Amino acid sequence: MNKTGRNAKTPSPPAAPVSRRRLLQAGAALGGTAGVAGGVVPGMLASSAYAQGSDRPIRIGFQVHRTGIGAVYGRWYERTANAAAAFINDLGGIAGRPVEIVPEDDGTDPKRGAEVVEKLAVQHKVDFVYGPLFSHVVIGSAPRAGELKIPYFVVSEGYHVASGKLNRYVFQPGITDVRAQVTAIAGWVMDNLGKRVAMIYPDYAFGYDHRDFFSAAAESRGGTITAHLAIPPTESSYTRYFPRIPPDTEVLYHVMVGPGVLTFVKEMGEHFGSRRPEIFGFIDSLEGVDIASPGLGFLDGTYLWEALPRYADGYPTRFEANFRRAVGVDANGASAADGKDVATYSHMFGCWETLFAIKEAVEASGYRTPRDYPALIETLEGFRYFNEGLGHPQGGKQFVGALHQCFGQQFISRVADRRLNVVHRTAIEDGLYPPEADYTKQPL
Amino acid sequence: MSFGPYLFLAFLEGTVTAFVLALTALGLSLVFGVMRIVNVAHGEFFMLGAVLAWYCSTLLEGSPLAGFALALLLAPLAVGALALASDWLILRRVNYNPESTIVATIGLLYIVQQLVLTFYGPEARPVAAPVYFRVSFPWFGYSGYKLIVAGLAAALLLATWYAMSRTRLGLYMRATQQDLEIAQAFGVPVRRVYATVFALGAMLAAVAGVLIVPVQQAHYLMGLDPLLLSFIVVIIGGLGSLKGTVVAAFLIGISDGMISVFFSPTLAKILATLLVAAVLVFRPGGLFGDNRA
Amino acid sequence: MTTGPEDGGAPRRRLGRVVALHLAIVAALFLAQFLLPAYHYTNVARIMVLATFAIGYNVLFGYTGLMSLGHAMFFAAGMYATGLSVYYFEVTAVPALALGVLAGAVVAALFGLVALRTSGVSFLIVTLMFAQALYLTILYFNEITFGDQGFTLSRALAPLNVAGTAVPFSEPALKYNGAWLVVSLALLVSAALAASPIGRVLVAVRENEERTRLLGYNTFAYKLLALVVSGAIAAASGAAYALLFSYVGATFGSILYSIYPLLWTLLGGAGTTLGPLVGTGVMYYLIDVTSGWTSAYLFVVGGSLLALVLWFPLGIMGAVRARWLRWLP
Repeated sequence: MNKTGRNAKTPSPPAAPVSRRRLLQAGAALGGTAGVAGGVVPGMLASSAYAQGSDRPIRIGFQVHRTGIGAVYGRWYERTANAAAAFINDLGGIAGRPVEIVPEDDGTDPKRGAEVVEKLAVQHKVDFVYGPLFSHVVIGSAPRAGELKIPYFVVSEGYHVASGKLNRYVFQPGITDVRAQVTAIAGWVMDNLGKRVAMIYPDYAFGYDHRDFFSAAAESRGGTITAHLAIPPTESSYTRYFPRIPPDTEVLYHVMVGPGVLTFVKEMGEHFGSRRPEIFGFIDSLEGVDIASPGLGFLDGTYLWEALPRYADGYPTRFEANFRRAVGVDANGASAADGKDVATYSHMFGCWETLFAIKEAVEASGYRTPRDYPALIETLEGFRYFNEGLGHPQGGKQFVGALHQCFGQQFISRVADRRLNVVHRTAIEDGLYPPEADYTKQPL
Repeated sequence: MSFGPYLFLAFLEGTVTAFVLALTALGLSLVFGVMRIVNVAHGEFFMLGAVLAWYCSTLLEGSPLAGFALALLLAPLAVGALALASDWLILRRVNYNPESTIVATIGLLYIVQQLVLTFYGPEARPVAAPVYFRVSFPWFGYSGYKLIVAGLAAALLLATWYAMSRTRLGLYMRATQQDLEIAQAFGVPVRRVYATVFALGAMLAAVAGVLIVPVQQAHYLMGLDPLLLSFIVVIIGGLGSLKGTVVAAFLIGISDGMISVFFSPTLAKILATLLVAAVLVFRPGGLFGDNRA
Repeated sequence: MTTGPEDGGAPRRRLGRVVALHLAIVAALFLAQFLLPAYHYTNVARIMVLATFAIGYNVLFGYTGLMSLGHAMFFAAGMYATGLSVYYFEVTAVPALALGVLAGAVVAALFGLVALRTSGVSFLIVTLMFAQALYLTILYFNEITFGDQGFTLSRALAPLNVAGTAVPFSEPALKYNGAWLVVSLALLVSAALAASPIGRVLVAVRENEERTRLLGYNTFAYKLLALVVSGAIAAASGAAYALLFSYVGATFGSILYSIYPLLWTLLGGAGTTLGPLVGTGVMYYLIDVTSGWTSAYLFVVGGSLLALVLWFPLGIMGAVRARWLRWLP
């Protein structure tokens, strides 16, 4: 893997049809920058272009799940990070300095994760560390990042950042956390599918976040949870869980992560036949999986949460189209080079947006060397939103500095004819919840 | 759902689990029985069977039945060849020392996993079932293919039993199992018997992988769980006892089905492990073992 | 698996050499902190904690001849006893560490009473099964243990009082010297055990348990003792890891973490006192360096295991002892 930030498999963004200058102007005009309290920091993208090439590169360590259970996600995360770095470099870099991605495999293992943070920070002397998805890796690595006092940007969607469990150096500015996701969609599910919900979720922390926060959101809207079914991560057969779903259940809510999802869907179909409740699920389990796979036919007519629609017509904006092209994904959500290589499209945008968030924080704070970490952190904590734009193609985000967490819109899609069609888009406000932490009170 | 159908479903699930488990554990048991070694890479042979089934299904896209048939033929052959090579290059050179073998097969396990990760990838890939139909009961539906898997597994178990008790190879194997030196003295080609048994054990695991993959998916980490369950089965049944393996597979399969349906699957696995402890305390050789293991 | 010639000069002179060697190693590890560059400084601290795990493993495997595939359960027992007591009851570091070691010893004793009824391959599988049961139990009680996600101790752990000053656990020097203290104690305990009459009986059990029993030794009791010492040292490693690196998670109870100490011990040389330390260090840097050009680290693990069994069964220190330093313990 070369370290210039350009993956051989990921085509770099084509220069045509828009000239760089026009792109920059458009980006600035449409607000591709972050906001601080009280106003927009003007012209970051444009100003950076003038100082181009004047300094040594900004090195960003990328902690990647190349092996282990997270490898499917890791591969697309790495492609996205490289594409984002290449795109930023084409725009003139960060504060005029080129970006260099320094990847290191963590084996999706918390012990190695902490060692990788150390290696990136101390040996490779990167400016920032970024990229992990799996919660146990994030939680295992975060203490070391805090001790080394190096900003650590995670793309994990877990509730561990916003819950206040971690430390002042850990941020999640590029992807909405799971608590906000389930809170955002709960209202739509109650109003459109039914109020009596049975939940099926994995028997570990990610599943409990779903269990706790969806149950709370549903009950506050007059819903009832008819069954909680926790499924162990090693499970390979699901038939035996279905009888526990009470017959008066109106909605089956499923979120699964891991290789078993196709079995799950098939067995759900076999069990219920045509007499099924409404079904609402999270696409996490189907990331990297073709919706037209054998056995997924039963999903037809069911609903899925998406963070960013897999099919290009789901959210047809210029920024989304630019992002899709830059990371090498076709209109159906698969690799442009190999139509069978389906992307993890509802998560990987987080790597893109996080790199832009870093760019915006660096430029707004005037960061130059690690001595400027406190300024960078305080600046980032002062951000209130990220505007939709080239850097934030999934949509505008609110950013809560005290929580170190961003909040964005969510999508609900219906499966029909073996593809996904967006039927609803939530507002950012739908996902907000009362904060439980304040990192700004911790010492730097 | 009322209690009766619930119980029926638990029983159905347990039976299917038991047959597949028996088939998976059979190879492990056979290898231990004859060669007195534990093959920790057994689960990887199972995984390779599933992965090869996926390759066969892409080779003959459009006809799941043909792909399945090809996989049933090819996967055991390929995996058997790998096992022969491992026997030749590794096990023979450490002289089948039990502990060296375990370390070596752990090494093999990681190498196979890494090879599959590198060349096949981290995805869980589905394979279409060769025949697909849904059996409708009044209270719920059930996969027809799962019932076929149980039937095929039963047939293979019978075939193995026949091979063990009625053929010359079986005679050699039993002779080697009972007394190595006497078998050698009577002209049993022990080395060849060892190689054959090791390959056969791997082939059985590969067939189990081919059978199960339409129900699960092919994934490079799928070998661990069957390995652990096979260990439980083989210990409870008695290391090296075929009858014990089958009985224990049913014991574990059905009880796992019942406990999982009524309580928690994680609890079922913890209890199965504690069952192993109980068996070992009261019958250190397992339920059907010769108690000298 | 490995046996070393026990001889090499007059017993007294040999003992003097052995003591001097171990003290020199302990001193060298202490002095290294003033020479190591930043990155290797923390790496060596990590290696010392993990080597403690391997030293514990070696007591059972190297000296007593009992191979275990379940030592992660003792590591996890120590890690969770320490971690949970700090997290929920804000126990300070030293008593928490003691609790961790105690937990490891208790788990090992209970486990041994059941598992030592078996031997050889059955024992191996039983160790694997019980470790898996403990792993699943950690997941099952996730309300308390936080399951797979785990938890951090950064907030709950009070700074250590060193001669009147409160030193936070983020302090690199505390990590290094804490790890040094733990590994030195483990090394000295294991060396003292090996040199003691008890150690001689353990080696006798390894070489021929039947004969040892006929000589009138209660081999079950000796094996249980070795298991408890081994479990306690492994638990000390887990406890130290939780305190010094601030993370407790179920991953450390998984099978891979039972394979690691076996690998480290084999690489360094089973049945040598220094082998586990050497093996852990070599493997750590092997993975750290190779990760620069390949992410196929499972090849490194698997290939090393195969190579060790096929061509290098004595391990590094075992080979050193066989070739050059026959007096090595």
